[in-house]
Amino acid sequence: MPRHKLIASESDGKDNEFSLYYVEVEENSQGGQEKQTTRDGKRRRERNGEVSRRRASEKRTTEVDNKRAKKKHEKRHKTARKEGEKHEKRQRRKNADEEEAEEESNKDKKNIKNERTKTLKRDDEKEKDVKKKRKKHVKNEEDSANFEKTKQKDCHDMPLKEKKKKRKKPETTSESESKSESESESDSAPESKDNQAVGVLGSLTPEELEKLKEAVDERKKLIATMRGKPWPMKKKLVVLRSSCVLQRQETLLIISFLYYSNCQKWMKFQRDFENFKTACIPWEMKIKEIESHFGSSVASYFIFLRWMYGINMILFGLTFGLVMVPEALMGKPYGSIPRKTVPREEEASAMNFAVLWDFGGYAKYSVLFYGYYNSQRAIGWLKFRLPLSYFLVGVGTVAYSYMVVIRTMARNANEEGGGDDTSFNFSWKTFTSWDYLIGNPETADNKFASITTSFKEAIVEEQESRKDDNIHLTRFLRVLANFLVLCCLAGSGYLIYFVVRRSQKFALLGLESYGWWERNEVNMVMSLLGMFCPMLFDVISTLENYHPRVALQWQLGRIFALFLGNLYTFIIALMDAIQLKRAEEEIVKKNMTIWQANLYNGTVPDNSTAPPTTVHPADIPRGPCWETMVGQEFVRLIISDTMTTYITLIIGDFLRAVLVRFLNNCWCWDLEYGFPSYSEFDVSGNVLGLIFNQGMIWMGAFYAPCLPALNLLRLHVSMYLQCWAVMCCNVPQERVFKASGSNNFYMAMLLVILFLSTLPAIYTIVSIPPSFDCGPFSGKTRMFDVIQETLESDFPAWFGKVFSYASNPGLVLPFLLLLVLAIYYLQSTSKTYKRVNMELKKKLQTQNEENKKKNKLAALKAANELEQARKAGETRSSSSQHTQNSEPPVSSTHTTTRPPASRGHTSSGHLPGHPQQPQKNSHSNRR
Amino acid sequence: TKQEILMAHKIFSELQDRENGPYSSRVSMEKIHTLPELKSNPFRKRICHVFSTSDMKDGSLSFEDFLDLLSAFSDSATLEIKSHYAFRIFDFDDDGTLDARDLEKLVNSLTGETDDTRLTGEEMRQLISNILEESDIDKDGTVNLSEFQHVISRSPDFVSSFKIVL
Repeated sequence: MPRHKLIASESDGKDNEFSLYYVEVEENSQGGQEKQTTRDGKRRRERNGEVSRRRASEKRTTEVDNKRAKKKHEKRHKTARKEGEKHEKRQRRKNADEEEAEEESNKDKKNIKNERTKTLKRDDEKEKDVKKKRKKHVKNEEDSANFEKTKQKDCHDMPLKEKKKKRKKPETTSESESKSESESESDSAPESKDNQAVGVLGSLTPEELEKLKEAVDERKKLIATMRGKPWPMKKKLVVLRSSCVLQRQETLLIISFLYYSNCQKWMKFQRDFENFKTACIPWEMKIKEIESHFGSSVASYFIFLRWMYGINMILFGLTFGLVMVPEALMGKPYGSIPRKTVPREEEASAMNFAVLWDFGGYAKYSVLFYGYYNSQRAIGWLKFRLPLSYFLVGVGTVAYSYMVVIRTMARNANEEGGGDDTSFNFSWKTFTSWDYLIGNPETADNKFASITTSFKEAIVEEQESRKDDNIHLTRFLRVLANFLVLCCLAGSGYLIYFVVRRSQKFALLGLESYGWWERNEVNMVMSLLGMFCPMLFDVISTLENYHPRVALQWQLGRIFALFLGNLYTFIIALMDAIQLKRAEEEIVKKNMTIWQANLYNGTVPDNSTAPPTTVHPADIPRGPCWETMVGQEFVRLIISDTMTTYITLIIGDFLRAVLVRFLNNCWCWDLEYGFPSYSEFDVSGNVLGLIFNQGMIWMGAFYAPCLPALNLLRLHVSMYLQCWAVMCCNVPQERVFKASGSNNFYMAMLLVILFLSTLPAIYTIVSIPPSFDCGPFSGKTRMFDVIQETLESDFPAWFGKVFSYASNPGLVLPFLLLLVLAIYYLQSTSKTYKRVNMELKKKLQTQNEENKKKNKLAALKAANELEQARKAGETRSSSSQHTQNSEPPVSSTHTTTRPPASRGHTSSGHLPGHPQQPQKNSHSNRR
Repeated sequence: TKQEILMAHKIFSELQDRENGPYSSRVSMEKIHTLPELKSNPFRKRICHVFSTSDMKDGSLSFEDFLDLLSAFSDSATLEIKSHYAFRIFDFDDDGTLDARDLEKLVNSLTGETDDTRLTGEEMRQLISNILEESDIDKDGTVNLSEFQHVISRSPDFVSSFKIVL
């Protein structure tokens, strides 16, 4: 028992964390001890079981005692020790018999010596505590000397006597305490006579602790299960309290002792950490607010935007950290070599805002673009392999994007699960159509309207599915609509091609002679097409008379095709430009040699030793760097796209809202509900815009490392701008299409775009030789030569050999074949799983039907029986028989309504037929 | 979490302060309905009735009830809890099943109070018969809790829409 106290005193002396550790150690060591001493321990344990409980309540008082003792008697402690040493010899005789008793147990305890040594330090501390406490109570020097002596012995053979001391300590303290008249000793007095019992008592605590721990676990479980039950809080509280009463002593003890001192700290930390994590998610509150005003579909757009932001953050980190910063810090400074200098003829206008806005001038000759990078193999004191890093980052960004998109898609697909079951169309519409997040009366009105229309549509559809009218007209109209859309697409494609070609002509003649429109023609045309064509499609799609959801998908598909077509025409035009530039490059190359020859000819006669590098790098002629041009085009495209988005947002949404709000009072019709009204937030259009923007980033990022940074900026701004615009000037759409269903649709589009945008980039990397005088790959025949170069020069020879073996077609082809086979195998297995699933579902359904029929039959029979019984009862007119007969039928009708209670509880994994089957059989048997 | 509970308590005590008259631990239904989150909900009366533990059946909430409400509508509540409460909310006459009259009321509250958004009698009858056809598995003319949960558990977006954020 005193040992128990010791633990307590320890825990209030030190801080709480320490005491947990301490208790655990104690448990471990004593668990071992327990095994040894079970034989004689068991007897006592039973006796002491009840005492231990009392001890718990005492603990507090002893704790207080200990504290007091510590403070008061720290000084007295030293003098007492000296006294003890004087009396050491005298007391040795008295201790002899006690030691004999202890030696028995020592043998047992040798096994756990190792564990014991771990706690040595703590034991020492504890010892002091005990000593102090003891000294407060004890006046006679016998005991103190006795204790001191044993301590001295321990110093000689520490590990062995450690246990002995442990034994003795409690004993001595209990003796002393019994002499003093403190109230806490009243219980321990009888035990103090029995030395062994005291020792065993200590070993009892771990068991008790375990028991208490179990109790706490039970409570936790109880709480967890309670959380899963739809009870009101009151009931929960009542249950909690009742369990509390049952185990009050244990739980209170454990809570004060273990749980609240340490676990709570840990839990508090965890909780704080959770809060911190949620606080770290950017824009969470904003999105929640929007969610509560506009429902989950609008919020899904912003969540998508945030996700996109995260991806771009990583792309930006890659390009910025591994390409741009090293080049800016460690590469040759600006103006040292031709590719890093603005050419002489552009120098005059290089700082003009218009030129810079167009990413010409100084911006063109900076780390933002491909052309600035040097082809030096390793730069700076780190020997950073910049060309290699440039190439790998380009590949890595694409690979990372693929990985993320596919992983997200897979996760979404998993979450969807069996959600595509359309057998509960109407029920879902009624039970789940209300979005409880809606907190805005206007939104609520809209929601009412949309729910009504959806109901009506569903009913009409239901009716329509039974009859079909005039299929030829609708077919004709649909074909016509598709034809019109195709025309639109082709027209827009041609327009872009034409414009790009024209702009090249302008560029050849020099941009300075043209106005703003000519310079920005391409981007403006693309943006305008992107703005107006969707409206056109919308008009056309009214011809088709599709179901709204189908119509929406068609619409999305068409806009997708439009954007894609535009993008690809743009790329094809760019390819043409690249060819032109390369032809130009050839000429420049030739001129270069001539120029160099001239230079030599000019300088050699003057001074034969001086190198011909005195020419300023700005004056050296250079080829047109097609990579930089491509990068520039993409950057311009992104900028103009962003601008148009923002401008349409401000004009189309904000100004419209302002006009409608303030002109409404002095207008001849109701503007808010009439023609202009407020604009809706167009989720699908915005998502498409976002996706295409991302596609352009992926395409252009290789040639303009600054693109991810720009995109990050754009996304950041549009997050705030759109949040604001949505909150202040939009009304939610009438036709809400559900967020969860469309999520993977977006993802699929993103994947397609990713694939399509990596194609041209890969094509240019693989098939077009890089420019000879700019960029990290200048001087090589192909860009990927950088890998080969690295392999040859940076890795040992055997590695290159292995690589060449591994990359020869004889190995690669079988590997590819293997991959294809694996894919095929996996796909076929998943297909079979699906089929099995479907079959199971069918089985369940048929079983359901059968059950229903059986139930019906049973109910009918029961009703008949009831009737018969009643008739019989009437004829006999005996009330007692009447009740007897009518009893079974009543119960049978009851069961007919009961069966479903056992099914359909959770997801789809239940077996509806089984639970009620035996019931029914027994039922029919009974009858 | 702790923060959420504290926040809920703040809101609740604000509501309490606005309650004039004798200080009580309950907040009447009307006060609860002034919360912006519930203001436009067509089921607000039902929600209060379901979560109220008051003896008077007046839909007033104590703080425990209020917490109950929030936890049922929170993100962490399971589908089972949510569907259970949804069922009780939809069960207008508190008889443990959704029969045709409950469904009619439900549809009416979903379609709003105004006449132009209401469904006509014919449509209503059609709709209700369709609903019963789909979800009434044992064909007793009513939808009971387990049938309801069965239907709900298949729904893709019930969990995401059945929540209230303060």
